[in-house]
Amino acid sequence: MSAVIENHHDDHHHGPAKGLTRWLYTTNHKDIGTLYLWFSFAMFLVGGAMAMIIRAELFQPGMQIVEPEFYNQMITLHGLIMIFGGVMPAFVGLANWLIPMQIGAPDMALPRMNNLSFWILPFAFFILLSSLFMEGGAPNFGWTFYAPLSTEYAPPSTTFFIFSVHIMGASSIMGSINVVVTIMNMRAPGISLMKMPLFVWSWLITAYLLIAVMPVLAGAVTMMLMDIHFGTSFFNAAGGGDPVLFQHIFWFFGHPEVYIMILPAFGIVSHIIETFSRKKLFGHSSMVWAMLSIAILSFVVWAHHMFTVGLPLAAEIFFMWATMLIAVPTGVKVFNWVATMFRGSISFETPMLFAVAFVVLFTIGGLSGLMLAIVPADFQYHDTYFVVAHFHYVLVPGAIFSIMAAVYYWIPKWTGNMYDERLGRLHFWLSFIGVNVTFFPQHFIGLAGMPRRYPDYALQFADWNMVSSVGAFLFGFSQLLFLFIVLKTVMGGKKATGQVWEGAKGLEWSVASPAPYHTFSTPPKVD
Amino acid sequence: MSGGSYYVPDQSRFPIFMAFSLFLLVMGASSTINNLGDSTSNSVYILYAGLGCLFLTMFFWFRQVIKEHLAGLDSNQLKQSYVYGMAWFIFSEVMFFAAFFGALFYVRTFAVPWLAGEGEKGIGIAATELWQGFESTWPVITTPDQGEAYELAKKSMAWPGWDHALKWLPLWNTIVLLSSSVTVHFAHLALKNGNRKNFNILLGVTVFLALIFVGLQAAEYYEAYAHYGLTLNSGIYGSTFFMLTGFHGFHVMMGGLMLTIMLARSVFAGHFEDHDHFGFEAASWYWHFVDVVWVMLFLFVYIL
Repeated sequence: MSAVIENHHDDHHHGPAKGLTRWLYTTNHKDIGTLYLWFSFAMFLVGGAMAMIIRAELFQPGMQIVEPEFYNQMITLHGLIMIFGGVMPAFVGLANWLIPMQIGAPDMALPRMNNLSFWILPFAFFILLSSLFMEGGAPNFGWTFYAPLSTEYAPPSTTFFIFSVHIMGASSIMGSINVVVTIMNMRAPGISLMKMPLFVWSWLITAYLLIAVMPVLAGAVTMMLMDIHFGTSFFNAAGGGDPVLFQHIFWFFGHPEVYIMILPAFGIVSHIIETFSRKKLFGHSSMVWAMLSIAILSFVVWAHHMFTVGLPLAAEIFFMWATMLIAVPTGVKVFNWVATMFRGSISFETPMLFAVAFVVLFTIGGLSGLMLAIVPADFQYHDTYFVVAHFHYVLVPGAIFSIMAAVYYWIPKWTGNMYDERLGRLHFWLSFIGVNVTFFPQHFIGLAGMPRRYPDYALQFADWNMVSSVGAFLFGFSQLLFLFIVLKTVMGGKKATGQVWEGAKGLEWSVASPAPYHTFSTPPKVD
Repeated sequence: MSGGSYYVPDQSRFPIFMAFSLFLLVMGASSTINNLGDSTSNSVYILYAGLGCLFLTMFFWFRQVIKEHLAGLDSNQLKQSYVYGMAWFIFSEVMFFAAFFGALFYVRTFAVPWLAGEGEKGIGIAATELWQGFESTWPVITTPDQGEAYELAKKSMAWPGWDHALKWLPLWNTIVLLSSSVTVHFAHLALKNGNRKNFNILLGVTVFLALIFVGLQAAEYYEAYAHYGLTLNSGIYGSTFFMLTGFHGFHVMMGGLMLTIMLARSVFAGHFEDHDHFGFEAASWYWHFVDVVWVMLFLFVYIL
């Protein structure tokens, strides 16, 4: 061990280690970022395959492909995998790659813990997926795992689910502590808080939310575990508890969690729109204040997921207004993006296409969220496909489009190669059409009363379900094209310059492409 | 703010070993819990293996960090990273307890009165049909189902009145834990003043008080199970009581272990300087944190 310490200064400037150990033992933020991104891509495809099973079953009314029990397992795992395995690790991967380069730091603040945060995830998802093969099947109670469905009536594999959530949470908390510490302690001299790039800001706020709410999720699953196996009665009225208590605790975690999956997207889209509009971003500091307001408000809106459980009237009114208030800072952000594009010299490379689609489609998802926030209206919409349409609009063309935009935008910096622009645009248009064909009709069938989470439905919903399934297959299979484009870019392609994009600003564009294994060993000068 | 070169460690085996230990630990824990009561199940050995690997990895990992520190590799900036890291870790722990305190406040303020038919949401079938005769009191001694599914407790742990105060363990526990917070603070002052002997003595006293606390807590649990009939199965009062005090007790043990290691480092290895002792300071922060949690517990679980 001490030899390692003595040799430290000699091998400080070396490149990556050879072979598999590079990835197993790495402490390099770029390696760990790459691991996170590939892991999330794999989970995106697994969760996507489950979505295909769901849409195939819903292609026609009646049961044709899977058993209802298996369908329930699919919707549960699809949600859990896309959220905890797809979107969140993808954002952490981007944070790993970008934050140290954007603030002029040599690496993340705690590099070994960074590696630990990543390597917990494959184990956690191995446990979660292995529950499919256990007696009684995988968890089948939906990704929100409401008690008593998840306590009294759950399969034995729920215990494994609980513990895998525990270690995923540990991974998230450690990753977030790393991000916060890096941003607070490692900025190059001259980068004051208000000069920080918006992606860094968005992650500072996201990490704060994660540290605040992942422990609450741990508390919720712990109470579940105790109720199931050790005789407590947190969620059982017979012993003086309350199943609704579960929903309060879950959504106290769950609503900030929703913003955890969108704030980094705000940061990404701000960078991309600025670059391709070739203009300074409109309202940098108002963007920061808007994100902070959204984050703070996210702690006082959780019960809008529970309007129909029988809350006191005062609570319903409070949570309705608090929820609607979020539209104000969100509106500020959308306004700023549009104002940045206004009279800019815009060009529509693939990242910009995804970013503009993000602004439009995320706004649609945001507006349907406002409809859901209205208590009397929500009594009609609750647990229908309207809700499914709403959150898929903010998550797929919201969070996932921003991740794809980020990959196209920064992949030249990561690999040193330009992606194939023609294929990139094809991927965009297929995804754009696929997403809208999939999810827009779900607004209609939701308003018409089709409940979510059922494998079968009444005949009047048949047409739009078929359309939705066709869109889903189009979107799903288009992502194989995305995989192909990424692999092609990793293998080779037109060499990228350091600057890559004409309008790109920021420290990460000041280094060569691909970025050297170690960047900013001594902090750069920033004015 | 970054000033000079920041120590970025080379490749390390510790993280993936730790991830694998956690994997063994949770696989073992899940299968053990699923096979409770099945004497042919060997899953508990996976749990032990996971725990063993976890402690071993932590031991070697921390040893490496201490060595790097003694070799002078960590700049003030890196130390600042540890300071921030520990502070945010404690914040996450605060939020973990917040979930259980939130559950306690919710059942006391809303769920229990509603089940007894009180308040805006208390009317309806729950009170009139399902749980006839259930009365809203705290602590809940008789559960809504009148103990059919839940064991009936005879007595709660709540404040017994001034006459019995001296025989009431939680009061002594409070005195012990608050004193230990004071002693660890004076240990810190002694270290800052370069008084190694007093540091060791005061830190030793703190660890001793931690042990007394855990002992008293064990005695209290024994009394609850053996004499009060108060168990995890006693309905919501037992649930909140044991989960809050149990997780607090677990954290006391973790904090006590940290302080013991710090004591051993000081006594046997002569670690820590008057201006450079964040390892100890982090453990003492953690200790003050478990102390504050106890004060909250004392107020909301025992007194009010």
